[in-house]
Amino acid sequence: MHSQGSSVFNELERLLPLVNKPVQYVGGELNSTVKDWDSTVVRWVLMYPDAYEVGLPNQGVQILYEVLNERDDTLAERTYAVWPDLENLMRENGVPQFTVDGHRAVGDFDVFGLSFSTELGYTNMLTALDLAGIPLAAESRGDQDPIVIAGGHAAFNPEPISRFIDAAVLGDGEQAALDITDCIASFKADGSPGGRAALLGRLAEIEGVYVPSFYDVEYLPDGRIHRVVPNRPEAPWRVAKRTVMDLDEWPYPKAPLVPLAETVHERSSVEIFRGCTRGCRFCQAGMITRPVRERSIETVGQIIANGLAKTGFDEVGLLSLSSADHSEIGPIAKQLADRYEGTNTSLSLPSTRVDAFNIELANELTRNGRRSGLTFAPEGGSERIRRVINKTVSKDDLIRTVTAAYGAGWRQVKLYFMCGLPTETDEDVLEIADLAREVIRSGREASGRRDIRCTVSIGGFVPKPHTPFQWAAQLGWEETDDRLAKLRNAIRGDKEVGKAIGFRYHDGRPGIVEGLLSRGDRRTGAVIEQVWRDGSRFDGWSEHFSYDRWMAAAEKAWADEPVDVAWYTTRERQEEEVLAWDHLDSGLDRDWLWEDWQDALNETEVDDCRWTPCFDCGVCDQMGTEIQVGPTGRTLLPLTVVTT
Amino acid sequence: MSRVSRDPGREYIAPVMKVRLRYAKRGRLRFSSHRDFQRAFERALRRAGVPMAYSAGFRPHPKISYANAAPTGVASEAEYIEIGLAARFDVDQLRADLDEAMPTGLDIVDAVEVREGDLVSRLEASVWQFVLPEVTPQEGEAAVERLLAADEITVERMMKSGLRRFDARNAIRTAEVSIAPPEQGGCAILTVVVTHGTPSVRPDDVLAALRQVADLVPPVPPQVTRLAQGRLAADARTVSDPLAPDRAVAD
Repeated sequence: MHSQGSSVFNELERLLPLVNKPVQYVGGELNSTVKDWDSTVVRWVLMYPDAYEVGLPNQGVQILYEVLNERDDTLAERTYAVWPDLENLMRENGVPQFTVDGHRAVGDFDVFGLSFSTELGYTNMLTALDLAGIPLAAESRGDQDPIVIAGGHAAFNPEPISRFIDAAVLGDGEQAALDITDCIASFKADGSPGGRAALLGRLAEIEGVYVPSFYDVEYLPDGRIHRVVPNRPEAPWRVAKRTVMDLDEWPYPKAPLVPLAETVHERSSVEIFRGCTRGCRFCQAGMITRPVRERSIETVGQIIANGLAKTGFDEVGLLSLSSADHSEIGPIAKQLADRYEGTNTSLSLPSTRVDAFNIELANELTRNGRRSGLTFAPEGGSERIRRVINKTVSKDDLIRTVTAAYGAGWRQVKLYFMCGLPTETDEDVLEIADLAREVIRSGREASGRRDIRCTVSIGGFVPKPHTPFQWAAQLGWEETDDRLAKLRNAIRGDKEVGKAIGFRYHDGRPGIVEGLLSRGDRRTGAVIEQVWRDGSRFDGWSEHFSYDRWMAAAEKAWADEPVDVAWYTTRERQEEEVLAWDHLDSGLDRDWLWEDWQDALNETEVDDCRWTPCFDCGVCDQMGTEIQVGPTGRTLLPLTVVTT
Repeated sequence: MSRVSRDPGREYIAPVMKVRLRYAKRGRLRFSSHRDFQRAFERALRRAGVPMAYSAGFRPHPKISYANAAPTGVASEAEYIEIGLAARFDVDQLRADLDEAMPTGLDIVDAVEVREGDLVSRLEASVWQFVLPEVTPQEGEAAVERLLAADEITVERMMKSGLRRFDARNAIRTAEVSIAPPEQGGCAILTVVVTHGTPSVRPDDVLAALRQVADLVPPVPPQVTRLAQGRLAADARTVSDPLAPDRAVAD
């Protein structure tokens, strides 16, 4: 008989010799924690619903894991999606979904928190719930089942998974997770009066916590939403997101997890700021994480020094949505490069804009190491389309920047683009070929070499909630694929430089499913459940993804509904239509979003509000805050010996 | 014409001292692959602040030679590595620091400064232990008898070059059966001494051979551990400690 919180490792161990890469299931990571079950009150299991190799490095999960485990009354463990080979063996042998820390059954925990950076993890959540023996439908769960909570960027529209989750947390998770823990601890201390329903009532009163079952959705005959109404007094009309204002108060991760298995990012990461006010209209992350909150140079330096000492990683990632925009990035880069000179430690700066300053920065970061490749994201092929998406970079600037990179010794430049942006035509995308051609020509001239390369990487655009493009029609996959084929022919057909240009693209079909889930509503849940029952798993992996299975599931699930896949994806919405996520407040003013959408259609750019007057997006007013940027003129603190 | 890297590479740091280490792969960490171990070990070197010698070139890497790693899923008490240091370092301290920096289950159990000869040539044979849950000692005895009675047992293994067929019997020098303690169910434990060669006969091949000649198919995956590696003793039932010659010179 399985006792609560006991390890299922012995049962699992017999299956491990039979599966691929068993190391991903055994845990034992450096800096992982296994606390005593009985001496804790609130027990969390955290899941990143993808394979271990993708989920382990996730910063959100690692931060919450530490924040929660620092409390004496709380235990937090992690679980990841198991591959189908192990899933089948677990079903045959009755082994439940388990944590990799204590190998405890997921169903034994109080709270099951899932972090969704992408909607393509939804089917993996269903596998985990099912293997854990937790009813898929939230309404069928009993007092002994964990409270299932979704977080992460995708949780800003949790309506498609509303039938499977008990609650969602909007915004930053650090303080919210602690508030939820307090709430459950006091509920237990009170003797759990009223059971699960009463606990959900208490949770709904926490800022940033949304309990879908406390809201009723009414529909119009044509399929649009009529209104969303709270059905309980605890439920606010609109749920506002949580925002951690002072990042220096939350210097996590303090001891990053070091996996044995190979994972997608093997580095010590530090988030140098949250939020972004560049105002790129396609970017959900930039919109929902406002305002900008910079971490101080001292804290950045401390987190890095500590992270390297505790992990032994040889790479540091300076993370944010646009890392070169930190007001003190120059001093940070120079001082870090000085500090780690001669240590074989490399520094990387993902997500940077295209400008000359960033070349200097990249040169600085690599002054001790190799100069292999630089990545830029112009996103749109023509200057016109870049005005539409508010990615303000001119063609001349782009060529100048990339040429400077080749001149400084970089051999390979990657350029990221999107296809299917609002108002886009074939001509906008075909300009990418001209751009790449000019990049190679100027690069050859600047470097005096013929072996330089440029890679064009392009994927389909998916409109996201809480962005100015939330009303936009998504481009159909046939049109996307057709446009990408024309671009490929234009690039490959060039005899002079074609061989120096690499072309990578993603076909349009997965984007349609992502679009369906991104801007879906409560009715989308039936499709997710159907497609999962039909076998969908790991939808973010092309070798597992099946577009046809999704379309068949939608047809089946919506046989009697006035909606279909096109209705959710390729249909443009009007201003007055109630959107499925309108009752969830990302801080952005709806009128401002609509105006910005109109500006997009008029090809009008908007500046970054860090350096210009306010555009009234609504975030700062509502939070009683302001943008936090330097420069402060401070420097890295001197290193002291770290003893562990 | 030789190709000269235009990228800033680091200069070669020559080792001033070489150390041989024995490590164990225990419990659930036996499921780590050799590549997993390599990454963990290189990080542990950095965490422990070991003054490593580095190779020259575009992407300098620390001087580490790995010998003859046990397969994924197989535990081991006797894996060997040789590392080159850029500065002198006390070997006992080095062992303790590295063990501390490695995850529990990948344990650095012995260290000795290199004094003479080549390590790999001392790794002549391995002693493998197979715990066979739900196989009785009698069944084990019968299977071993048939194994040893055969002159040649051809087994198949998928390799990078494709399916390969080779003899597994010749490399098996001795095989004995003992009884697991009652808390482990009193099942059969097989101890097999296998010499190294090409292609190497691995634990899976021994199990395949047992399946072939004696129809032994354990109902539960066996737990396999490499107990030792070294030069074959005269009776071929044990092997000698491959670090002993270095230690003898040091003492």
